[in-house]
Amino acid sequence: MAERAPAVELKGITKTFPGVVANDDINLAVQPGEIHAVVGENGAGKSTLMKILYGMLRPDSGTILMDGSGVHFRSPKDAIAAGIGMVHQHFMLATNFTVLENVVLGSEPAHAGALDFGAARARIRELSESHGVPLDPDRLTEDLAVGERQRVEIVKVLYRGARILILDEPTAVLVPQEVVELFGQLRELRAQGVTIIFISHKLDEVLEIADSITVIRDGHTVRTVKPEEVTARQLAELMVGSELPTPETRESTVTEEVLLSVQGLGVRVGARWALEDATFDIHHGEIVGIAGVEGNGQRELVEALIGLRKPDTGSVILAGTDITQWPTRQRRENGLGYIPEDRQGRGLLLPSPLWENTMLGHQTLYPFARGPWINKKGARAQTEHLISEYGVMTPGPDTSALALSGGNQQKLIVGREMTAAPKVLIAAQPTRGIDVGAQAAVWELIREARALGLALLLTSADLEELIGLSDTLYVILRGRLVARLDPATVTPEELGSYMTGAKQAGVA
Amino acid sequence: MRKRWQIRLLWLLVPISAIVLAIVVSSLVLLSIDASPVDAFRSMYEYGTQGNSLASTVNRAVPLFIAGLAVAIGFKMNLFNIGVEGQYRIATLMAAAAGAAVTLPAPFHIAFIMLVGMVTGAAWASIAAVLKVKRGVHEVVSTIMLNSIATGLGAYLLSNYLRKPAVGSELLIATPQIPHSGQLGPLTTIGGEDVRSFVLIAILLGVFVYVLIWRTRFGYDLRASGINPDAARVSGVDPNKMIMRTMLLSGAIAGLIGMSDLFGFFHAYTLDLPTGIGFDGIAVALVGLNHPIGIAIAALVFGWVDRAAQILDLEGIPKEVIIITKGVIIFSVVIAYEIVRRVVLSQEVKTAAEETRKLEQAEEETVAA
Repeated sequence: MAERAPAVELKGITKTFPGVVANDDINLAVQPGEIHAVVGENGAGKSTLMKILYGMLRPDSGTILMDGSGVHFRSPKDAIAAGIGMVHQHFMLATNFTVLENVVLGSEPAHAGALDFGAARARIRELSESHGVPLDPDRLTEDLAVGERQRVEIVKVLYRGARILILDEPTAVLVPQEVVELFGQLRELRAQGVTIIFISHKLDEVLEIADSITVIRDGHTVRTVKPEEVTARQLAELMVGSELPTPETRESTVTEEVLLSVQGLGVRVGARWALEDATFDIHHGEIVGIAGVEGNGQRELVEALIGLRKPDTGSVILAGTDITQWPTRQRRENGLGYIPEDRQGRGLLLPSPLWENTMLGHQTLYPFARGPWINKKGARAQTEHLISEYGVMTPGPDTSALALSGGNQQKLIVGREMTAAPKVLIAAQPTRGIDVGAQAAVWELIREARALGLALLLTSADLEELIGLSDTLYVILRGRLVARLDPATVTPEELGSYMTGAKQAGVA
Repeated sequence: MRKRWQIRLLWLLVPISAIVLAIVVSSLVLLSIDASPVDAFRSMYEYGTQGNSLASTVNRAVPLFIAGLAVAIGFKMNLFNIGVEGQYRIATLMAAAAGAAVTLPAPFHIAFIMLVGMVTGAAWASIAAVLKVKRGVHEVVSTIMLNSIATGLGAYLLSNYLRKPAVGSELLIATPQIPHSGQLGPLTTIGGEDVRSFVLIAILLGVFVYVLIWRTRFGYDLRASGINPDAARVSGVDPNKMIMRTMLLSGAIAGLIGMSDLFGFFHAYTLDLPTGIGFDGIAVALVGLNHPIGIAIAALVFGWVDRAAQILDLEGIPKEVIIITKGVIIFSVVIAYEIVRRVVLSQEVKTAAEETRKLEQAEEETVAA
């Protein structure tokens, strides 16, 4: 008996972009009704591949087959029509809509020109029951937890008749407990005959849920394996091609001297306290990590520290000086460095040359300024120094920031903050979305900064990174610092429990 | 490097395509009204290259150039000062009235009039700036409304307070004449037409704007705010202060738009002073790509087209055809610029990526060795 044709088959997919790793002769066959994981480091080309499959990008060469016959997708519309659905890592939901409204958004059921919600509601109920994805169609989306919002995305895709589901890093925003729930739902979906493509770089999860695993590295397909054939270690080696770096810091450098002291800091957004009564110290040579599910107040904390937000209560004291009322520029001039979480959105002037980007944030200081004038010569020299010192791969200081890969952009940002010799450095998500080499380099720079005696505040979604780098770890939940933990003893699972509020402890 | 040179050459496509398109479209329009494009362009060329036309071109270009600078400063940080029109009209009125009311030694008198114009322009612009900073009113909305208010307020002030007392049955509505010390003689005369001296001040102003935007910290903050307002804020730029400063600066420059005509020809605020220059300045800034040199070229082109078109009426062709020509120039420059910019950018990125790859390979080889 001939085997059934794969539900989706990608043959020789190649896509080139300037400056980033893309796809180079990717081959992938997904059998109908299986959970097929695609794993690879950040920047290996997973997202590009999925965008091609979903019609958002067109490959330079190669073919896509569905059930054995070739298809061409000009846009996601074509892919949806062919039965492919995608759940993005960042949810695309209107929070002021109900679940029902969000699900039908874009394919509204009309009856004689009027919206027909009744039929849609019944359909959603049926889908969520038959596929084991519990969901109340009439709840307001903003009241839902992250895991529930993800279910809305899944049902939305099923509602459009998807037989093949692409999940892009679905666990990145979930805490361990929610991951368990998600996996239960995925198994149920598989039982219903839905084919699932699961993109991840978390190996334990992949080994647990997938029927087959395809490893991508540097834009190539390395191998497709069965989970029972490999260990996490072997998979990691396939992914990286060598030994994995770890974010461990060495011996403690923490001293008694407090460089940054935060006292009862509170930030109100509308009527809600986005940050409430945050109190902690960061010492000379100490890394303080802030763990929390996205949207629990980390952003407000960081913005209040850097001066982008006026706190409603409390004070910030930098090396003994109260800087609560200072504007951002004055804070920066006095030794507060900042690595923003959104590198391109907040850290760079993309179309501008690198030397103008090196100045950014320090444009009032030596060697970038002389009185009211810009010192182009000084800025270029400093940029050249930074390029060689921090291993930024680029032809020179006149290249535009746009032409750099994500990792090199991040090295430039970290380098420019470090060379300004700050007292306190705030690093928000410093390794998000960069390749493994650059990640290791950034970790190394953070360690160096600590050894130089800086006080660092680190926020991250990567729990291993937080545990590995921090000297002290706080958990933030609904705007409050709910636990102070010792990174030497805490496990990611424990941390996850605190992050969801399943486990509670006092701040020591 | 040959490749870079080729890329640079691409930029020439922008003005060339604009001019070619403008000629083609204008010809089609002329043909559609049964006029001969060849005759029309020939007579425009012949008339436009006469000495007095060249002098007039410069005189027409000066206010356009200054208006372009005023608009461009805002554009550089994505601030759309559509109110240059109202700012310069109210500023010219106040400057003319103040200039006629005092007598000072010549250089001081000129400086005083300019100062009054700049302060008035900045003050009028500050209303929109304050509304934006304090109340979040978009500057396009507020400046457009302020233009209407400026027209009404100007007419009211002129006819009720600032008007020169009528002599006999004279009907002219104007401010009193500015004394000689507040006038500027011609720089030179070509073909019987004066070239007004204010062109020199305009050139200085262009240099000032260039230096300010590309050489100073303020200019860096301004450009950074335009390219990426979030990143600028994170870097320590206070967006509200930046909006205030830029708007005031733009308004102050706008306050100088009417000075060339005031110092060199009218010597009083009259209803004959050219209007609409503030709006033309938006087009000039767009076509000039917000760069003083580009703005100067655009202002000269627009000034020349305006002057040369005067002959068309004598040929029996409505000179309003030229408005279409200008429109086509604006569109094609903006579109061609965007296309070329994208091509150049992707070329640059590609080149940089190749060079980076070479660097990485070289590094790997040294590590291996």
